[in-house]
Amino acid sequence: MSDSQSLLRIRSLSKRYGRLAALDAVDLDVARGSIHALMGENGAGKSTLIKCLTGAVRRDSGEFLLDGRVCNPASPRDAEGFGVSTVFQEINLIPHMSIAENITLGRESLRAGMIDRKAARRRATDAVARLGLSIDVSHEVGSCSIAVQQLVAIARALDVRAKLLILDEPTSSLDRAETSQLFDILLRLRADGLGIIYVTHFLDQVYAVSDQITVLRDGKHVTTRAASDFPRLELVAAMLGRTTGSTSPSKQPDASLAAVPGRAAASVTRPSPDTTPSIGAEQHQGELLRVRGVSHSGSIEHADLSVAPGEAVGLAGLLGSGRTEVAKIMFGVDRVETGSMSLCGTLYFPRSPRDAIARGVALTPESRKTEGVVPNLSVRDNIVLALQARRGVWRSLSLRRRQEIAAGLIASLGIKATSADVPIASLSGGNQQKALLARWIATGPRLLILDEPTRGIDVGAKQEIERLIASLIKQGMGVVLISSELPEVVRSCSRVFILRDRRTVSELAGESLTEERVMEAIATHG
Amino acid sequence: MTRVARRHVPILTTFTLLIATFLAGSAAYTNFASVGVVRNLLVDNAFLAVAAVGATFVILSGAIDLSVGSVMACTSIGVAALIEHHAVHPLAAITIALAAGGLFGLVQGLIIELLRLPPFLVTLAGMFFARGAAFLIHPQSIGIKHPFVADVLNDQLSLVLPLGDRGISVPITVDVAIFAIAVAAVVLRSTRFGRSVYAVGDDENSALLMGLNIRAARLGVFAISGFYSALAGVVFTLYQQSGDPAACKGFELDAIAAVVIGGTLLRGGVGSVLGTGLGVLLLGLIQTIITFQGNLSSWWTRIVIGLLVLAFVALQGQIAKQDR
Repeated sequence: MSDSQSLLRIRSLSKRYGRLAALDAVDLDVARGSIHALMGENGAGKSTLIKCLTGAVRRDSGEFLLDGRVCNPASPRDAEGFGVSTVFQEINLIPHMSIAENITLGRESLRAGMIDRKAARRRATDAVARLGLSIDVSHEVGSCSIAVQQLVAIARALDVRAKLLILDEPTSSLDRAETSQLFDILLRLRADGLGIIYVTHFLDQVYAVSDQITVLRDGKHVTTRAASDFPRLELVAAMLGRTTGSTSPSKQPDASLAAVPGRAAASVTRPSPDTTPSIGAEQHQGELLRVRGVSHSGSIEHADLSVAPGEAVGLAGLLGSGRTEVAKIMFGVDRVETGSMSLCGTLYFPRSPRDAIARGVALTPESRKTEGVVPNLSVRDNIVLALQARRGVWRSLSLRRRQEIAAGLIASLGIKATSADVPIASLSGGNQQKALLARWIATGPRLLILDEPTRGIDVGAKQEIERLIASLIKQGMGVVLISSELPEVVRSCSRVFILRDRRTVSELAGESLTEERVMEAIATHG
Repeated sequence: MTRVARRHVPILTTFTLLIATFLAGSAAYTNFASVGVVRNLLVDNAFLAVAAVGATFVILSGAIDLSVGSVMACTSIGVAALIEHHAVHPLAAITIALAAGGLFGLVQGLIIELLRLPPFLVTLAGMFFARGAAFLIHPQSIGIKHPFVADVLNDQLSLVLPLGDRGISVPITVDVAIFAIAVAAVVLRSTRFGRSVYAVGDDENSALLMGLNIRAARLGVFAISGFYSALAGVVFTLYQQSGDPAACKGFELDAIAAVVIGGTLLRGGVGSVLGTGLGVLLLGLIQTIITFQGNLSSWWTRIVIGLLVLAFVALQGQIAKQDR
């Protein structure tokens, strides 16, 4: 109890799931009036730590001291009573209620036992104003943008006079402007004396706002250092567990690109015998897919795009620029209304994803949780799902065949699962993403569309996915990569199409394909 | 149209349909637009209204209660048997019945909550249980001749409105139904419990992480539904002046139909008891029109209700689609 500045002290916190130690005697101190970044790969224990802190999960041992007082929350509600408020990554609000109700729900001011709506409105307006926002609190939350919902969730968290605010990946669905608005708010809250734990995967953002950085790895506390005294390279090294590198940064020229020793490079083998329509990439000269002036009312106005076999092409643009919408059209989710598409030289108007799959097009969607994985199915069944769907109900794959395919892909993609039989929901985000990729690779597609394949997964898994893309195009597959992380797009793609306000505004290739040029294109065109 | 307004489309539709149906009836049949018809509409549907209000709580929370009709029958025969066979004062008998109904609902809720079983199956079991219990209490219907019921409850406590030649007498059952709707409306709108019922039905996981007492909400709706079912059974018994163990078979489905037609989303989170009240009136009005028509089998009522439920489910599906 030496440090009077210390708001939260975590002492030897441990939590096991079965044989797996999710947290192993972790210590952590968060100072009052500071922003403390919590970093680590998937499976490092960040979410478990947060779940323990908020009472969503019971810890096995260890203690929390908040303001020197023992804090032992049994539920999120309990945690709020202690002054610990959390904004989760998947924004948790009630969609059909107003902003005001969402902010005050469960702790409304009562008058004669009845909810005082005027007071709720007033409180909500104050809470929102504290964040420097002016929005009408009577709007229904479900009709607000994700960014506004995020801020409403923060306003709600603050409404309980929180001492400690936990933000889990708050910027993963915000664009640049919204992110900087959020940062302004965080700095303001810090000045008010709040302690903030901030979980993120974006290195830039860590340095933009945090005072302290704590790195967790495999359930253990690795290091806590002041952000100003923690070079990027060392941070990445600490996260990836390259212990020797952490004190001699000079050896690695570019942290984010550095290879990861100890990880087998993902050498991908496609289980082809079952899916013989091989690509024959090199023979197919010219284009794999061409999109010409395609539109779909309400989602995209004018999209142009082309991919050659054995090429990765990027789609860049801000959130809402139409990237995902173009993917949906290419995959037959939305219809082409004007314009046209051709695949391997013949007209291509998919009427459904089923159609698209039959023509050899695959898509891993943006929201893994709601559109990709089938959480309760095993890893194996998730992997063979698309292949089976393509074969139809009557030609079912034998169990042995399924086992072979799944085992091959699990090994070659380095999917970390205790067995192919465990439900996919039990895997970390990065591994779920890899399993989704495996699902499509199993079908041997000609064109693979990846929508934000690295969102919400750790640095190591990101690199593995990048390598995977590289090896897929080497085999002649065409890849369309949609990502808001520009370095990733620039590294992986030979050409990048820039979308802005639902139109393709620019194409960059070769020399001119740099992050700066992409950003310029996003910012200046139109 | 804004999104906030879109949520109210179903209830506005119900209201419009109700008015339109009434006007159509008035135009088609003489004597339709009379105080007497309105009175009978209220009297004949009071017990449906009470049962449907209970069902509204459960459905708003995203669950379902199939035991409503059986609990009504059990209450009905129970009250009659207590009064006529065991010489219990009617007020005491009613009190016992209401307490038992609430308790029955609470137990169903506890089983669902503690054993994490699906409400559909637990209340299906409850439906069989309560129906069996009703026949065990007494296998035939029992007429109630207790003077307190006939004279005080059904006569002296009736409200006589100074309308028409002899005035219009509105029995206490209608007051009970209106009171039941009013109380439920206030609870749902202005109490923490009520709001948590909506929250749980709209997004249960969020409600949990927002620190709401979702267990209380999920338990509470079943206790309330049990209590309201018992109250509906009492209203039914007063209306019939008898208890009947075979009564109200499948009545929970009528209640659910009224709730859906009243604009409550079957998956929970959106709706109101006011809408349910309108839904009940609309169902009753359709029955009235078919009666007035005279040459139609009364079973046409069911066909129209079926079509109406279908139309409302389609409307809700349409709204949900636009929401996304």
